[in-house]
Amino acid sequence: MSSYPIIEHEYDVIVVGAGGSGLRAAVGLAEAGLKTACISKVFPTRSHTAAAQGGISAALGNMSEDDWRWHMYDTVKGADWLGDQDAIEYLCKEAPRAVIELEKYGVPFSRTEEGKIYQRPFGGMTANYGNGIAQRTCAAADRTGHAILHTLYGQALKRNTEFFIEYFALDLIMKNGKCYGVTAWNLQDGTIHRFRSHITILATGGYGRAYFSATSAHTCTGDGNAMVLRAGLPLQDMEFVQFHPTGIYGAGCLITEGSRGEGGFLVNSEGERFMERYAPHAKDLASRDVVSRSMTIEINQGRGVGKQKDHIYLHLNHLDPKVLHERLPGISESAKIFAGVDVTKEPIPVVPTVHYNMGGIPTNYYGEVISKSENNKDVIVPGLMAVGEAACVSVHGANRLGSNSLIDLVVFGRAAAMRAAELVKPNSKHEKISENDTQKSLSRFDKLRNANGSTSTAKLRDQMQRTMQSKCAVFRDEKILKQGLADIKKPWQGIEDIVVKDKSLIFNTDLVETLEFDNLIRQAMVTMASAENRKESRGAHSREDFKERDDEKWMKHTLAWQDGEKVKIDYRNVHNFTLSNEVQYFPPKARVY
Amino acid sequence: MVQFSLPKNSKVVEGKYFKDKTNGKTLKKVKIYRWSPESNENPRLDTYEVNMDECGPMVLDVLIKIKNEIDSTVTFRRSCREGVCGSCAMNIDGTNTLACTKSAKDIVGEIKIYPLPHMQVVKDLVPDLNKLYKQYQSIEPWLQVEAKNDKVDKHEIYQSKKDREKLDGLYECILCACCSTSCPSYWWNGEKYLGPAVLLQAYRWIIDSRDEEREKRLKKVADELKLFRCHTIMNCTNSCPKGLNPAKAIGSIKKMLTQYSKNL
Repeated sequence: MSSYPIIEHEYDVIVVGAGGSGLRAAVGLAEAGLKTACISKVFPTRSHTAAAQGGISAALGNMSEDDWRWHMYDTVKGADWLGDQDAIEYLCKEAPRAVIELEKYGVPFSRTEEGKIYQRPFGGMTANYGNGIAQRTCAAADRTGHAILHTLYGQALKRNTEFFIEYFALDLIMKNGKCYGVTAWNLQDGTIHRFRSHITILATGGYGRAYFSATSAHTCTGDGNAMVLRAGLPLQDMEFVQFHPTGIYGAGCLITEGSRGEGGFLVNSEGERFMERYAPHAKDLASRDVVSRSMTIEINQGRGVGKQKDHIYLHLNHLDPKVLHERLPGISESAKIFAGVDVTKEPIPVVPTVHYNMGGIPTNYYGEVISKSENNKDVIVPGLMAVGEAACVSVHGANRLGSNSLIDLVVFGRAAAMRAAELVKPNSKHEKISENDTQKSLSRFDKLRNANGSTSTAKLRDQMQRTMQSKCAVFRDEKILKQGLADIKKPWQGIEDIVVKDKSLIFNTDLVETLEFDNLIRQAMVTMASAENRKESRGAHSREDFKERDDEKWMKHTLAWQDGEKVKIDYRNVHNFTLSNEVQYFPPKARVY
Repeated sequence: MVQFSLPKNSKVVEGKYFKDKTNGKTLKKVKIYRWSPESNENPRLDTYEVNMDECGPMVLDVLIKIKNEIDSTVTFRRSCREGVCGSCAMNIDGTNTLACTKSAKDIVGEIKIYPLPHMQVVKDLVPDLNKLYKQYQSIEPWLQVEAKNDKVDKHEIYQSKKDREKLDGLYECILCACCSTSCPSYWWNGEKYLGPAVLLQAYRWIIDSRDEEREKRLKKVADELKLFRCHTIMNCTNSCPKGLNPAKAIGSIKKMLTQYSKNL
């Protein structure tokens, strides 16, 4: 193995990832006086938070009466009761404060006539426990994520956060079950680094790119999730992958649910507004899993549009062009560029597209990472936290509601920072970590860098993505999943014969993509195994051979460990209690929209 | 007589030629600037024949196809592939733009791709934008209001629809740097002149009705070099892939300075 000089750093806390949750955590840590480093493989404003469009949910009640308990009820129901209700209470109760904070940070929210933050209807967001539509989703036109991300980056700059930009995090530094930091590779000059920290906060986002067609950016490779798997820790609820109803057919780019919030609707080849049949009350604003399933059924039954009858039309052309211009300018532009459609005149061709991972690193509502001890108890992994899409708190359970992701980022980003401030005394001393403790990480890096096989990373990645897309999609059954389990091992085994042609160290994106593939394939295997294992239908996990939700057997979180091509499965209880007496536990009931 | 010549290793030479191996019928020649800091070789232009019948519509699709199927060492930044993250800004067919929203079909003849001009090159199509990021930080891109508002009050700072509208065309900037790196003034005076991208953002905060430090912000940019190196060349506005108008924003700052000049 080549020898790599190692550059050492010591921080109180490090944050891996500089999207919405990572930046919000970094801001909180700086305010608490902790010496903080924020490491990111891309410049912060390039993070995928920038692509969030429709908005951020909070019961501000600017448009009509609202209550955080209603928001909580919607989130519990949207999650198909797999969410932890203590965490959901925390999220919804904290949401209004968090949005007001963002506004004061400078987010250019759209406004009402009175000058308040504009809020729009969104899927699954109701008033008075399902009796009416709520306008709860705070929006900056249809560029809310962009506006929030840039604003949070500004706040981090204001607090002189130390950024390590275009550093690719390789592995957690673990010793005796505790996390001591991460190893990372600086793409700009090719050097290897060890970041020592008392707490490491993973804010590395989702792994949408395990699939062939995703709204996710190329960089959404779940690097933190994979680091956790390599550290011998479990991921939770990985079978729950959200398909967004309206990805642009072909290109996969997102068309916000806000477009339906503003009055858009879906139509099949017979010109029918079919959502009225599947969700008589909420119609096009039912939750995403419901709409995506309905669209898939329409297509499967031959009522898709286009030459191949394999997609659906989203109509916005009946809306006032002024509304489109003011509130949906971004998707009007996307539709023009990627579908060649003038939204004021024609419908947009759309298809359910992989969008969000409800599963991830199990945490409590402080952001502390949870694993399971041998005597079946939840245990906190010392020194390790996770926030944002990488984490599974779990507030989204089996299906996330639109606009609940952005609020998750800032509420739990802040919570993690506050918890870290309780746990760490600024500038406390670091324990010694020998080079041996990071040797394994560097040998993996070196092995992939010098890989001289004959299969390209792109080929293996394609094999993985196509397997996930065809065997672990909107509808699943035993036969397909069993095949999927066999098929997904092939790209994993393929790593033995992988080739990395670029051997350099500076900005070697051939190697970056290979490391990302190594990360993705682990999550793909865990996802497939978790999906095969769960024998019920709940939220985004829809089994044709087990069509009903089965609360007796399956009201539990899946935990999955990866060891080579084997995946070990276990479970955790769903929290069936709330945080306070301000709200009662919502017991499971039939989920109808 | 003085002789001017470029340093020896800065001359771009003809590079490798990659012939199509798929028997494609619709071939497009793509020429890509290649340079690695880890070799002592001169930069070169490699040529790739790309089968356009089996390729997505955008220049980014072409680049990814080349990286996936022909030459995995080709290096470029990319992320969102939908024009919102600003990663894949580069010089395509003579214009700075985003590879992900630039249609390959619209380009007549061969496609020439270079990194954003007049920046240090990290590798191939990856420019070093650190200077621009520092300049961005220098304009203090965060809302400045009285300290009392730092602790969170019960409600938002109200802003009329009309005032909010003033931010349209400004807040959408994705910091891709297409504009700044197309500006001759920025090429020559990039150390001191802030350039269109950063000035557009400066104006975004100057004009935000909620911000209480307008005069301080104006004073900060009211500088012969930082601001007035803009000579209204308009390359910035021409190149902006988001259709924004940095030149107009700079003009607005200049205009405001005349109004505020007594106080500054």
